[in-house]
Amino acid sequence: MKHSTKRHPTRSVALSTLAAGALALTACGGDNGDDGAGGDDGELQQISLQLQWLPQGQFAGYFAAAEQGFFEEEGLEVEIIESGGDIVPQDALANGEVDYAIAWVPKVLETMEATGAELVNIAQVFQRSGTLQVAWADDDIEGVDDFEGQRIGSWGFGNEWEIFAAMAEYGLDSSTVDIITQDFNMNAFLEGDIDAAQAMTYNEYAQLLQAENPDTGELYTEDDFTVIEYEETGGAMLQDAIWADGERLAEDADYEETTVAFLRAVARGWAWAAENPEEAAETVLDAGSGWDFDHELWMVNETNRLIWPAPDGFAMIDEAAWGDTVAAALEAVNEQGDSPITEEPSDEAWSNEYIEAALADLEDEDLDLTGESWAPIEVSFESDGGS
Amino acid sequence: MTAAPTTVKLKDRSGRAGALRVWVWGAAGILALMVLWEVYKFLGPADGVVVFGTRVLPRTSDLAMPHLWEMFARLAEAETGAPTADPLWYAVGAAALFSLGIAAAGWVVGVVVGVALALVMLRWKWAEWGLLPWIVLSQTVPIIAFAPVVRNWGIQLDPPFFAWQDWMSVALIASWLAFFPVAVGVLKGLQSPETMHTELMRSYAVGWWTTLLRLRTPAAVPFMLAAMRLAAANAVIGAVVAEVSTGLRGGIGRILIQWAGQASNDPAKAWGPVFGAVALGLVAAGSVALLGMTLRKYRRQEEGS
Repeated sequence: MKHSTKRHPTRSVALSTLAAGALALTACGGDNGDDGAGGDDGELQQISLQLQWLPQGQFAGYFAAAEQGFFEEEGLEVEIIESGGDIVPQDALANGEVDYAIAWVPKVLETMEATGAELVNIAQVFQRSGTLQVAWADDDIEGVDDFEGQRIGSWGFGNEWEIFAAMAEYGLDSSTVDIITQDFNMNAFLEGDIDAAQAMTYNEYAQLLQAENPDTGELYTEDDFTVIEYEETGGAMLQDAIWADGERLAEDADYEETTVAFLRAVARGWAWAAENPEEAAETVLDAGSGWDFDHELWMVNETNRLIWPAPDGFAMIDEAAWGDTVAAALEAVNEQGDSPITEEPSDEAWSNEYIEAALADLEDEDLDLTGESWAPIEVSFESDGGS
Repeated sequence: MTAAPTTVKLKDRSGRAGALRVWVWGAAGILALMVLWEVYKFLGPADGVVVFGTRVLPRTSDLAMPHLWEMFARLAEAETGAPTADPLWYAVGAAALFSLGIAAAGWVVGVVVGVALALVMLRWKWAEWGLLPWIVLSQTVPIIAFAPVVRNWGIQLDPPFFAWQDWMSVALIASWLAFFPVAVGVLKGLQSPETMHTELMRSYAVGWWTTLLRLRTPAAVPFMLAAMRLAAANAVIGAVVAEVSTGLRGGIGRILIQWAGQASNDPAKAWGPVFGAVALGLVAAGSVALLGMTLRKYRRQEEGS
């Protein structure tokens, strides 16, 4: 008797667990990202922005827009979501986890072709590529044409396409290079495991200039390195852009409106960072960046160089630059013979409509949105024993 | 069973002197590691040891292997140059506590789910046949594939009564790794009584639940403790890796990658989170050991073996 009466509760518990699981599963498939469009009057509208990496000067304009209250003035409360190792911004956006994402153009084109996701580049924040390949000045690598047979560093995950696009430009055989996956720091290059390391102007190059030369006990200087800029050599591709969900832009008028408001605040944020690099560096540090102040300031300053001047206006997508990026992506072949994309992306993959509207709204304000009067500052590093 | 009195006596003797010995050996182990580090750094080739193109032993440069005293000194210095920055040891400690909390939550969920699965598999043989392969299979899913999916669920899930927090996704992944040894180990423990004993219970007309409580559960305790220790280690690893994978801020996983980026300029700093992770593992294992003390009287088999 005892036996049988006790069995029923267990069974019903098991059943209800199953039911709860099924409910949870259906809930997952259900509300795909309609959390962004529910803004009521008076209350701030909650939207989210997915970054590509940890908070750092590369994203100063977004943190500045939050900190300076520009988002709030647009009626927005923006959750800036940092990325870690495995969060891919364009995937998060395509899955409806976030409302906007920052990502490099070739990476998104690759995802769009592979998955059929409909994403739209709504603001080309970085007008030019900040990727470098750095070799030792006393080595025999002087340019891309010396890459064959060398150990070339890259972070992988789509960061390597500029290398192969540049090699394609020079008619080089990419299967001859030995691609070494780089860590989060420049140690592999400093220790001699890599002949030419990938470096962003705003981050890894500064890491080299902040590293101590063990032979002299002093910091390395620019004279110690040969710097190859993809922007100069060819193969450069457009980088940090703001991406939105294409389907929602087409169907959801609220989302379109939010997009323009969001871009207005972002434009003001970056304009502020251009004018106040020191304060912008502080803002990013407060937002949880772990760099020292000098590095952060270097990063803000170099990031500004990629954004300004913007002759057509902040974050306007230059059709020619877009075309170059697409051509480079089509041409790039990695050491395994793969390319990021095999056919041209649709024309819907980018639109100046929203950034144009945002810039038009800001026209009357006292803002330099072309970077005409902007000039970079001087940042230098001093040896201070490492902290 | 007949050997029980002797083992009890042995245990008593090992109680006080044994505890001391454990600490001495533990400290000696750590000291030996430290000596090994410095000796290798001093004697090892600057370029490390490369066998067939693969570096099997690391370089001994200050960049790859900072001196221990530099790492300890760095722990006492400020995290960054900012005037408001905390000392590095404090930042590491706070991160370790944060990760420990997540790992503990994951561990608790993992133990509960693991025990529940073990009971289901014990009760119904067909459940064991049906579930066990899936339980083993579950552990072959790589965290890096799994983490973004769990985070996505976390964002879209809107559970009643509470708001889903990002750390819960990390705890969930930790529990995913933690439940496995518990499910398998506890099932083995519950099945460990000899047929003779279970038949004796049946001959007394004792029901399934009472047999479980009086015979199987005490017999399962040593297995369970071993399983919970494995689960603790898994939960810590799961929490740290999932923090990195999902981009959660606040724990050891985050500072591990954040400071790894600074290793070219500040090599000693990058080792701080490693110390934090070691401390985290020790505290987690120690907590389970403490838990084991409270269940001492059931641990005959474990002591004996």
